[in-house]
Amino acid sequence: MLSARSILTRAARSSNSSRLSSTLVIAEHDDANLAPITLNAITAAGKLGSDVSVLVTGANSKKVAEQVAKVAGVKRVLVAQDDKLKNNLPERVAPVVLASQKQFNFSAITAGASAFSRGLIPRVAAKLNSSPISDVTQIHSADTFSRGTYAGNAITKVKSEAPVKMLTFRGTAFEPAKEGGSGAVENAPSGDIKTEQSEFLGQELSKSERPDLATAKIVISGGRGLKSGDNFKLIYDLADKLGAGVGASRAAVDAGYVPNDMQVGQTGKIVAPELYIAVGISGAIQHLAGMKDSKVIVAINKDPDAPIFQVADFGLKADLFKAVPELTAALP
Amino acid sequence: MRILVGVKRVVDYAVKVRVKPDKSGVVTEGVQHSMNPFDEIALEEAVKLKEKKLATEVVAFSLGGPKSAEILRTALAKGADKAVHVQVSEAEAAKVEPLHVAQALQKLLEKDKFDLVFVGKQAIDDDASQTAPLLAGLLDWPQALYASKVEEGGAGFLKVTREIDGGLDTVKVKLPAVLSADLRLNEPRYATLPNIMKAKKKPLQNIPIKDLGVEIKSQTSILEVSEPPQREAGGFVEDVPALVNKLKEKGFVKN
Repeated sequence: MLSARSILTRAARSSNSSRLSSTLVIAEHDDANLAPITLNAITAAGKLGSDVSVLVTGANSKKVAEQVAKVAGVKRVLVAQDDKLKNNLPERVAPVVLASQKQFNFSAITAGASAFSRGLIPRVAAKLNSSPISDVTQIHSADTFSRGTYAGNAITKVKSEAPVKMLTFRGTAFEPAKEGGSGAVENAPSGDIKTEQSEFLGQELSKSERPDLATAKIVISGGRGLKSGDNFKLIYDLADKLGAGVGASRAAVDAGYVPNDMQVGQTGKIVAPELYIAVGISGAIQHLAGMKDSKVIVAINKDPDAPIFQVADFGLKADLFKAVPELTAALP
Repeated sequence: MRILVGVKRVVDYAVKVRVKPDKSGVVTEGVQHSMNPFDEIALEEAVKLKEKKLATEVVAFSLGGPKSAEILRTALAKGADKAVHVQVSEAEAAKVEPLHVAQALQKLLEKDKFDLVFVGKQAIDDDASQTAPLLAGLLDWPQALYASKVEEGGAGFLKVTREIDGGLDTVKVKLPAVLSADLRLNEPRYATLPNIMKAKKKPLQNIPIKDLGVEIKSQTSILEVSEPPQREAGGFVEDVPALVNKLKEKGFVKN
């Protein structure tokens, strides 16, 4: 009986998908460019087995919508351009998502896991009485997913019975979608956007010429062992030689050596580069949660018992103040 | 301003959890538990707002099995005035999702007026980071998540600096509102022995969850909990030139 039912559901689902069943991806952008994580989210959404629509909201979203329409796998792009949506405050974006849901009845509403989506997806989910699932790393079927819990020390496979699947996807777990699509761009249904609840006052973004931490092929991180913010120059010099992004452990952030948004770990950024070089980092559980899916891990630390060496492919037991400049000098 | 602070009892952050052999979950019996670190920060901020005379009362809330009462006593010792324990059975506790916590908070807020609900940005066990925005959605209240600074923002408003992916932003939210605390907001205080003794006399109200009319009906069933793939330690290299050779072999450095 169970199998008969699942065949029926599957049949219903596939006949729906050709007509209306679709997954919505909420795009993230800075008014000029699509955030790279949205490309990872589009790939993930494609694995749910239905059409992919993307919603682009903002004060200047039309240009971004045209970029999105060219992404492979995108069938439809919904645009909500309104000055009230400047900076995409969650209180204002949520009604637009709900209006779109009312019109198109998506089977899933998704986004790449980021500070933006973690604020928005649950807010919308509450209105749809759907339990969200955060930071999905693997999609088994349209309702079965895996995600990390306990700082990545347990992988939990779950089946969602939520009426609408409300998901955020871990960027590093899915390849970015490539160019080559020709989605249809249309206006999103208008939501009842109220403006009195919240106001955007300003932002202070860390400027850097280096590759974005979350998507860099090589990441070099410094920890407490650097001893000061000035000494982080050693890390920057090495990073520049390798074209790498620069991260940090919580200890280095707490000590004020570098800004918070450079933190790699359970509660900071999750990275999975080709090469991760940990310098002066002991390797606490919370740090490992953010980098242990890196392809190759190199650790430079003077303490041979540091836990980081248990996950490192190549460990160098050395004083970083000697080894890092020597390494930088040895590179072409 | 009355503040309700949500606190959760979780496996202590320093414990390396073990997955049960039957893959039904992680071992929590006989394991050190404590207050979720982000909730400690939310609580500390609420107590500071009271000390600055911006708040009049701080009430700690927890939803969980019988042992959650210990966490609420800790919250009282750290400066909460009262505590509310929404009780579930041990069996139900395993099925609680952030949506249920948000629903219980919503019901409490219908009975008792608060101007601010403050929780940690995520619990370090489920790592969901959902309760604050779910609650804000249910109530249609504004939200400011990942707060690293909370200030008065004019009459009836709070000004909140938030940690976002590329740096910081600042928003103004109208009260009542929902906030979540990031790591950088403050350094939580330790409960002193006299305060721990005093906390025993502070009021702790017990409310069985059925009295709130919230049913723990899972939408997300756990099929299996497994160990993440283990990495093999690759061993040490002798010196920097040996490391450079390894990087060359792997193609990260041109020959």
